[in-house]
Amino acid sequence: MSTTAQRLLAKQQLAEVRAARYAGRKRVNKVALTLSLAAMAFGVFWLIWILWETLRLGLGGLAISTFTEMTPPPNEAGGILNAIFGSLVMVLIATFVGTPIGIMAGIYLAEYNPKGWLSQVTRFVNDILLSAPSIVIGLFVYAVVVAQMKSFSGIAGSIALALIVIPVVIRTTENMLQLIPPGLREAAYALGTPKWKVILSITLRAARAGVVTGVLLAVARISGETAPLLFTALNNQFWTADVTQPMASLPVTIFKFAMSPYENWQHLAWAGVFLITVAVLALNILARVLTRAKH
Amino acid sequence: MPTTQVQTPPSRAKISVKDLNFYYGKFHALKSINLEIPENKVTAFIGPSGCGKSTLLRTFNRMFELYPEQRAEGAIELDGENLLTSKQDVALIRAKVGMVFQKPTPFPMSIYDNIAFGVKLFENLSASEMDDRVEWALKKAALWTEVRDKLQQSGSGLSGGQQQRLCIARGIAIKPEVLLLDEPCSALDPISTAKIEELIAELKNEYTVVIVTHNMQQAARCSDYTAYMYLGDLIEFGATEQMFFKPKRKETEDYITGRFG
Repeated sequence: MSTTAQRLLAKQQLAEVRAARYAGRKRVNKVALTLSLAAMAFGVFWLIWILWETLRLGLGGLAISTFTEMTPPPNEAGGILNAIFGSLVMVLIATFVGTPIGIMAGIYLAEYNPKGWLSQVTRFVNDILLSAPSIVIGLFVYAVVVAQMKSFSGIAGSIALALIVIPVVIRTTENMLQLIPPGLREAAYALGTPKWKVILSITLRAARAGVVTGVLLAVARISGETAPLLFTALNNQFWTADVTQPMASLPVTIFKFAMSPYENWQHLAWAGVFLITVAVLALNILARVLTRAKH
Repeated sequence: MPTTQVQTPPSRAKISVKDLNFYYGKFHALKSINLEIPENKVTAFIGPSGCGKSTLLRTFNRMFELYPEQRAEGAIELDGENLLTSKQDVALIRAKVGMVFQKPTPFPMSIYDNIAFGVKLFENLSASEMDDRVEWALKKAALWTEVRDKLQQSGSGLSGGQQQRLCIARGIAIKPEVLLLDEPCSALDPISTAKIEELIAELKNEYTVVIVTHNMQQAARCSDYTAYMYLGDLIEFGATEQMFFKPKRKETEDYITGRFG
């Protein structure tokens, strides 16, 4: 055989091998794509079902009286105003207490002492707190606050919720600050900027969308928490704005009403579920809009 | 190791580096550097990557102090005062020795505030004085005509070249005496680079400029003095013309002509 013929043959063989391997990759690709789509469809299916049921039953239970009247006794008309109000109060207090602590701790971890032993320990403990079951936090606050005050109270519920907010905000603040390119910090220092001002005016400002998103996600998380409120704020059938008294909240009211045999309570529970879902959805959308607005 | 060859330049020395050693942890990055940076001239540091030219630049405003594992020994005298042992607040040193970095770093605020930010740290100006200062700095940095109508827009909306000139304007606005430029054009296109080089030529009338560059033509075009560094040693320092046409040392010649090895 001449060398030209050999070269042509080799070329053809190479082309065949390539085509075979390419076809193999295409098959693998199809399988992977099908599996991913199936997984996505599975997840979305349940999500849509949940949203649909919430919408169907929740909208059915909604009426003006839902927002104007207190939680009723069984088989009487009423609303969930006291629960909505209680939830708002406790979530707000928890957010106002937890956010500054979380942001300041996050700043310390990212800006002041990223590698020190105190930061390593804080990070480790924070991770534990982040994944601690919320019922543990509820029992802790029960032992430390409720048992000492000898009374269930809205403030005890707020403390329990704040303990859930803090680790989330610490983590997101630290992560967002770490994403700021070191060059930006150096440029600020190169102008002679003192450290506190570099953090406040430059790094925290550059990371603000992410930090605010973290706070919003923490708020979304605590607005649906039931377990930490069960042993702390307990519940209250009546209107109260006194945070030293037991306080109603949407999740606990839903828990109590949904488990009951009374039809009017079940309707109100669905109305509560609808309100929480809409609120959490709105917070998530807001968080997304804020992160996108950064660019 | 080659012995350091120092030529005293004819104009007054703004910065005198005396027996400077620098360490990244245990790594000895600068070895007994002796160097005099002449006042109101442009001095370029050239050399292959890792030779220590940026490290040397970052000692002039004590930037390295941000990182605890980095330390400098020896003396860096600015108008006769040793910066390394100075009792002055480091912020006051940095007000005198400004710096522009490789990548443009606009602050997350408006163009106007990017300039005003640094000025506010050191001076208490009225609103109209501040307006004048911002305009002055932007004009100096050859950016005024491009941004005069959008001073309240975000600095990050500008092009890379404009952002870099904004950073230069920000540095000039606090009226430093020395301007350190750490590869200011390496992320820019040729047109922006040309603008910044013109700007450097303008700036040397009022400032002492030190520029680190990887681009030999840039060093030849816009500097009066050139220092060639290699592996932490200052190999040769002299007038740029002499360095490029009649280098005294073989190593310098090899690097400049591309026969480096």
